Amino acid sequence: MLEIKDLHAYYGKSHILQGVDLRVGNGEIVSLLGRNGVGRSTTIKAIIGDVPPEGSIRFKGEEIVGLKAHEIAHLGIGYVPENRDIFPGLTVRQNLLLGMKGTKQQGRWTMDNMFEMFPLLAERADTEGGVISGGEQQMLTICRTLMGDPDLIMIDEPTEGLAPMLVEQVSELLAEIATRGVSVLLVEQKLTIALKISQRVYVMGHGRIVFEGTPEELRANDQIRKEWLEV
Amino acid sequence: MELVVFSLLNGIVFGLLLFMMSAGLTLIFSMMGVLNFAHASFYMLGAYFAFQISQAVGFWPALVLAPLVVGVAGGLVERYGLRRVHKHGHVPELLFTFGLAFLIQEFVVLGWGRVGVPYRVPEILNFPLFTLFGTNFPAYRAFMVLISIGMFVALFAILTRTRVGLIVQASLTHPHIAATLGHNVPRVFMYVFAGGTALAGLAGVIGGNAFVTNPSMAALLGTIVFVVVIVGGLGSLTGAFIAAMVIGIVQTFSVALDVSVGSFFGLLGLDLSSNSIFYEYWTLTLTDIAPVTPYLLLVLILIFRPMGLMGKRET
Repeated sequence: MLEIKDLHAYYGKSHILQGVDLRVGNGEIVSLLGRNGVGRSTTIKAIIGDVPPEGSIRFKGEEIVGLKAHEIAHLGIGYVPENRDIFPGLTVRQNLLLGMKGTKQQGRWTMDNMFEMFPLLAERADTEGGVISGGEQQMLTICRTLMGDPDLIMIDEPTEGLAPMLVEQVSELLAEIATRGVSVLLVEQKLTIALKISQRVYVMGHGRIVFEGTPEELRANDQIRKEWLEV
Repeated sequence: MELVVFSLLNGIVFGLLLFMMSAGLTLIFSMMGVLNFAHASFYMLGAYFAFQISQAVGFWPALVLAPLVVGVAGGLVERYGLRRVHKHGHVPELLFTFGLAFLIQEFVVLGWGRVGVPYRVPEILNFPLFTLFGTNFPAYRAFMVLISIGMFVALFAILTRTRVGLIVQASLTHPHIAATLGHNVPRVFMYVFAGGTALAGLAGVIGGNAFVTNPSMAALLGTIVFVVVIVGGLGSLTGAFIAAMVIGIVQTFSVALDVSVGSFFGLLGLDLSSNSIFYEYWTLTLTDIAPVTPYLLLVLILIFRPMGLMGKRET
């Protein structure tokens, strides 16, 4: 599905990504772990084209380095930004409508699906996005991206600052996404969730991948956890 | 009474015209992050194109064609000019629009000469609509009001009721997110720029023959439109509407009222004769001060409410 080789990215003169290799298979949930500032968010921003990438990123066999963000989105990559970046002045329904790439409802997800999964969003369908709770905004950002029917969805820190019950809801949603055949690339800080739902995990440190393996292998590897993950 | 009614009516006409221009300017500001100095030049182009087209095929086709031509010109400016300059930051963008204003100015002078052109109100609308207290109200003014209001209803409906409007709103406030959702933000920006300049062009078509069509019309109105946008709050359509109406009405009233500054002091019992200090200032009439009032308002707003009436960010 997604195959990254020797990915580099820069913010101004700082060399943030220094040769990242990463792969996400069909219908797979893959987590990208690591401390703050090691380049996890930059990696997915580079994939979607929000930060100019160098190197090779192949999606469904096609090279996407150099394409614009909206073109990459049309190929089937969905991106859920961190910080619950919704359109605050628009209603919940309008936010969802903007996730769609055309005027017709199509693909795996419909607005009714979203409202069934999150009845709270249905209740607030005509409320402005800026005034709903942080948890609802988080659900809304994920649902908005799903409305575009991506084949791969990249989610940046979806559980950050959420109450434990909502964290549970987010991980259920991620599992649901995978059962519908969508690949997931998850950037997470909470090891418990990432290890529970992922098939494979990557650990990043200083702009490079420092570990690749299954959740079990990471659990067994004290040294990697101590050096690159635990605070 | 007659004065009040007519000043109010004319103020509304002028205010609506100001809003038609500031609506486009404020949308373009939200998108670029800088004011488009050339905006009023598109107003001027609208008037000149309308003059030229109405010479050939009459006013009504010009009413439709001239704003379209101006909009296409605006779109091309965005696509092949601004978009390239945008990469280098705000200052080059600002300088680009500044240079563009002079360029359009010279284009107009070269094409139509330094003096104004006789762009006239169409015969069919050149009659007094009603007579009140012995003064005529021209039908063309009422036509301007109709066109303006029709325009705003359409603009408002497009922005809030259609998918395109939603995409425009989202792209203006959060361009990066809109792009990652698959919306072609640069193309949206081009359409916004084209639409905004087409609105300025339309204002030129209906304002050029009501007022004047000459090479200084852009500079004359341009500064006031900036004031409207800043007073209303950069990026806010509602703010621009309120500010346009206030400035339109205040300016028309102060032109019409023949009261001197000294007479206010006279009411307070102060006698300011020819030998009192600053005598020249006390004899100024409101009419003399009228052109300054928008700028006075601008300064006051920037001091007391820097984000403007309805704006969300500091100017």
